[in-house]
Amino acid sequence: MITVGMDLGTQKVQAVILKDNAVISRGQAFSGFDPTKAAEQAVDEALKKANLKISDVAYFVATGSAMEMAPYANSTVSMMGADAKAGVYLFPKARTIIDIGAEEARAVKCDEKGLMVDFVVNERCAAGAGTFIEAMARALEVKLEEMGPLSLKAERASPINASCVIFGESDVVSLIHRQESKPEIARAVFDAMADRISSMVHRLGVNPDVVLVGGVAKDVGFVASLNRKLGVNVLIPEFPDFAGALGAALAAASRAREGQK
Amino acid sequence: MKEPSTIKDDVEFWRWREYHRVVQGKKWTNKDIITAGVDVGSVSSKAAIMINGEAYSWGIIRTGSNSPESAKKALDWALEGTGLKLSDFKYIVGTGYGRVNVPMANKAVTEIACHAKGANYIWGPSVRTVLDVGGQDIKAIRSDETGRVVSFLMNDKCAAGTGRGMEVFADLLKIPIEEIGEISLKVDEEPPPVSCTCVAFAKTEAMGLFRKGWSKEMVLAAYTRAMAVRMASLIDRVGLEKELVITGGQSKNIGVVSRIEVVLGVKCLPMPNWRENGLDPMIAGALGAALFAKALYEKAQKT
Repeated sequence: MITVGMDLGTQKVQAVILKDNAVISRGQAFSGFDPTKAAEQAVDEALKKANLKISDVAYFVATGSAMEMAPYANSTVSMMGADAKAGVYLFPKARTIIDIGAEEARAVKCDEKGLMVDFVVNERCAAGAGTFIEAMARALEVKLEEMGPLSLKAERASPINASCVIFGESDVVSLIHRQESKPEIARAVFDAMADRISSMVHRLGVNPDVVLVGGVAKDVGFVASLNRKLGVNVLIPEFPDFAGALGAALAAASRAREGQK
Repeated sequence: MKEPSTIKDDVEFWRWREYHRVVQGKKWTNKDIITAGVDVGSVSSKAAIMINGEAYSWGIIRTGSNSPESAKKALDWALEGTGLKLSDFKYIVGTGYGRVNVPMANKAVTEIACHAKGANYIWGPSVRTVLDVGGQDIKAIRSDETGRVVSFLMNDKCAAGTGRGMEVFADLLKIPIEEIGEISLKVDEEPPPVSCTCVAFAKTEAMGLFRKGWSKEMVLAAYTRAMAVRMASLIDRVGLEKELVITGGQSKNIGVVSRIEVVLGVKCLPMPNWRENGLDPMIAGALGAALFAKALYEKAQKT
């Protein structure tokens, strides 16, 4: 049985295809101004890679902030629900899933079946999401992907204002004026954001195993800072940015099975 | 402090006027109690000089990267043209975000107390609620008829609604900050407020609105409205009691002030004519500090 999950985020759309509960292909596209079209592209890419057609798919489930705009969708699943499902599928002992995207961050507490028990969300504030790192990289005049490796060279961190992107930018500029080194400023950026995420996770309790997903999980600098702040080593899957789509695909599989009964 | 991504030329749209003024027709002698208040904010530094508790001169400058220096510059500017020198002061109080960094101050007093006191001095004893919109935070303060603080609420560590947030928008829209208020009112119909209060997200949302064909005036109206709603909710939470006044840099933004009045359904006390001979609501904190300086000096004389 073929099922597809789609995650329509603010920056990118991902699609994951499951065959009998195993991932067989993935697709991705930039959301742009037309998330519907982007989702079609992502699904198309994934189907092509797996040599499949739309008609082969038994069930589609959409998630993500623009899930209502998803094409093909038979139903939707909440972003927290998708995180929980994907987290436990990837790491059966996972009980806390942290998902950090471009504009939002979530922490989800779940049980052994991958069902969500509780969650906290940071939304409507750029300081606790990928946007923060992007803005600070711009202020530092460093490429986004260079921020992480750069920060690992730092010997110490200088504190910056992590509670607001706008104030954080000014802080980074004054650190540059004070001739702080770029690695140290980069480290300060990650520490600041990890602080914010860690205090969010602490509201749920840090229940191991802790899994980190979402695009920001690919940033080695952030992961190092988060591990330090949380006091545990977070587990990261091979394709952390596809976790939402995977969760949706898993939901699609169980809904399709229910439908068959 | 400028936005590298939005500024393409040398025009600094965020830049507001720095100025100083000496009140005409006032004289001082060595017998007078001459005090000063220095309010070092995150964005602007203000110094006010008082003679026997009456405003005499003031200076407003942008805060630099060095707080003690900004404090000194602001006070030097307030002194200009007065014939006064530093040794003539009986007492100096520092206030604001950088108050511990005012080297010439005899004492530091919180800006909440100073703003309530200063608003009471500017507008009189009928003031009960003061909204201070500074560069880096927003405070809603309840006070009694003497200008003493009864309670307050603060929104900090978030640029939404602050002067700094407005500066970012001035740069984004390429409109001089002092014209933002007037321009935001040039709409036939008030558009719905932007949905994001986070300045970083609001910038993205504004770009989207431009692409949809919105005019600068409409985008600004939608942003200003959202900020006004945010400020009004802070006032609501502290409990609005008339009369209401607004201090800080954003008190000069007619777009913000008039929208707060609409959202709350009350009128603020009229703004003094600061461009000519009135007191400037931006120096409320410095005036309050100078008044505290006088009280502290008198108390020290008695003991």
